[in-house]
Amino acid sequence: MTISGIVRLEQVSRHFGATRAVDAVDLTITEGEFFAMLGPSGSGKTTCLRLIGGFEQPDSGHIVIDGQRAEGLPPYRRPVNTVFQDYALFPHMSVGQNVAYGLKVRGQGRAERDREALDALRLVRLDGLADRRPSQLSGGQRQRVALARALVLHPKVLLLDEPLGALDLKLREEMQVELKSLQRRLGLTFVFVTHDQGEALSMADRVAVFDRGKVAQLGTPEDVHDRPRTRFVAGFVGAANVLEPAVSAALGGPEALVSLRPEKIGLLAPDTRPRDDALEARIVDISYQGAFRRLQVELRTGMRLSVQVAASISASFSQGMVVWLNVPSAAFNLLEAD
Amino acid sequence: MSTGIPHVARSTRLSDLLVLRPRLLILLLLLPPLLWLGIIYLGSLLLLLAQAFFALDDFSGVVVYDPTLATLAQLFQPANLDILWRTVLIALVVTCLSVTLAFPLAYYAARHARGWKRPCLYLAVMMPLWSSYLVKVYAWKLLLSREGAIGWMAEALHATPLLSAWLALPVLGGPSLSTSYTGMVLVFTYLWLPFMILPLQTVLERLPQSLLQAASDLGATPWRRFVDIVLPLSLPGVVAGAIFTFSLTLGDYIVPQIVGTSALVLGQAVYTLQGTAGNLPLAAAFAIVPILIMIVFLAVAKRTGAFDAL
Repeated sequence: MTISGIVRLEQVSRHFGATRAVDAVDLTITEGEFFAMLGPSGSGKTTCLRLIGGFEQPDSGHIVIDGQRAEGLPPYRRPVNTVFQDYALFPHMSVGQNVAYGLKVRGQGRAERDREALDALRLVRLDGLADRRPSQLSGGQRQRVALARALVLHPKVLLLDEPLGALDLKLREEMQVELKSLQRRLGLTFVFVTHDQGEALSMADRVAVFDRGKVAQLGTPEDVHDRPRTRFVAGFVGAANVLEPAVSAALGGPEALVSLRPEKIGLLAPDTRPRDDALEARIVDISYQGAFRRLQVELRTGMRLSVQVAASISASFSQGMVVWLNVPSAAFNLLEAD
Repeated sequence: MSTGIPHVARSTRLSDLLVLRPRLLILLLLLPPLLWLGIIYLGSLLLLLAQAFFALDDFSGVVVYDPTLATLAQLFQPANLDILWRTVLIALVVTCLSVTLAFPLAYYAARHARGWKRPCLYLAVMMPLWSSYLVKVYAWKLLLSREGAIGWMAEALHATPLLSAWLALPVLGGPSLSTSYTGMVLVFTYLWLPFMILPLQTVLERLPQSLLQAASDLGATPWRRFVDIVLPLSLPGVVAGAIFTFSLTLGDYIVPQIVGTSALVLGQAVYTLQGTAGNLPLAAAFAIVPILIMIVFLAVAKRTGAFDAL
């Protein structure tokens, strides 16, 4: 038997009434990778994670974890551990007791489990807080305790359910870096659920983009960002423009459904027409985004495109101005017809 | 000094005054209930309890208003201590039985019942509280009596020997269920069970699902999870329910008159002492005991951390 992947989902489905939360999903997660499941709410990503964790059972299909059939196994018989969205720390136990709980259940002696719990807390830089109650910690600290509590059991796979969702922006960015470096150091498989495409792209080795219970695209962050395969992925990951075949052809692209990233569209001043067949567009909105500006431009046909322009050159454009569009042919990305 | 800025039309309306002075609003709101609680309830209770520090003159049968601890000391006479111990034990057994019966039901109602089942369960639990207490107790006396429904059912199921064996037990048994401690405990448990179910259901409803999942995730079997997580976190509900079942049993004097043995319990003792015996000081001394017991009970509950996770 060849073991391919630490977690393998084969044609896994989970239905809630008439809703197909997870619909015949095939997925292989490789040992040691940082795997992100990205999608809007209701896309099936969280249900998929819960199926791996054992909190849901599939209606059909197979789940294999570390070479073992996992469907039908309760959570406490699976070699995976979860960091919950709300952290789920036990309020009646101290931080140390929370972290040591899994070891206690396994029957380890007090001295040994206290030592291991302390090591785990040190790993997440929380040593010294072992005697506190979870209610005395900040959101970021609670998140680390949840992480330590799962890591102390040395799971084959660590499941993270939107673990950074409740943190403020600065803390979230710090934790992204920290989680990534922790994962590298431990060489552990992380499966990470998020609805934040920036988070998925910056942390993951591979991303599965979920849409209506199915995996719409699976690939590296560059793949899903630069070369989306469907209209949904193009729109959800990085808000690309999706052009119908006729519009694409008019802009100098192939006569097919394509996506076009906002930063790859060039804008030229009225007096510098690039080609005879270049299209003109009117700027209808400019929004400030810090290092760049996002412009909405309207074609003659009424079609709107979003265009991203560096802050340094944005001063030469103003609302209502008519400009020429310049799109390099390499910028067009073919989408599957839907 | 005029700033030249015109005032918005000044109004002396009461609502404006109350918005600007929130303390006044709180005072107005709380004054009636505080007066009620302070004078009518606590005041009369304290007056009653103060009686315990006087004594009855044995010859004249008149209360002597000289402060003394002699009446309180009478509680420690063997006959009176018997009454106290008996009452506390009955209240303890009723409380334990209530928790045992209420927990599964409350757990189901809080965590599994969906749709129409939930209001139905709620109604089923509350319904007994709508009918008269006396009717229910007399109904139970009939159910428990020698020729009652329970005896009849035991006969139909060929379980009469079992019932007889139970009635032959020391202390628990008696001539019939309706004249035994078993019967009394059953009736008390029936009466107070809703007061245990409701607070338990409330704490169990508030228990986040993710805590249970986290325990499973960390390797705890369902039983282990129940002992380590569910039980400790529902302790505040158990304590809240126990305050009802325990104190209501401690003070009741009607059920023991109708169902149970002829031995007195605390409520009956107070009733006879202040009535036929006319010994108000000793009745007051008895009345202090449940209050002290509840204070100790709450202190112990607080020490075990029952309220920490609230």
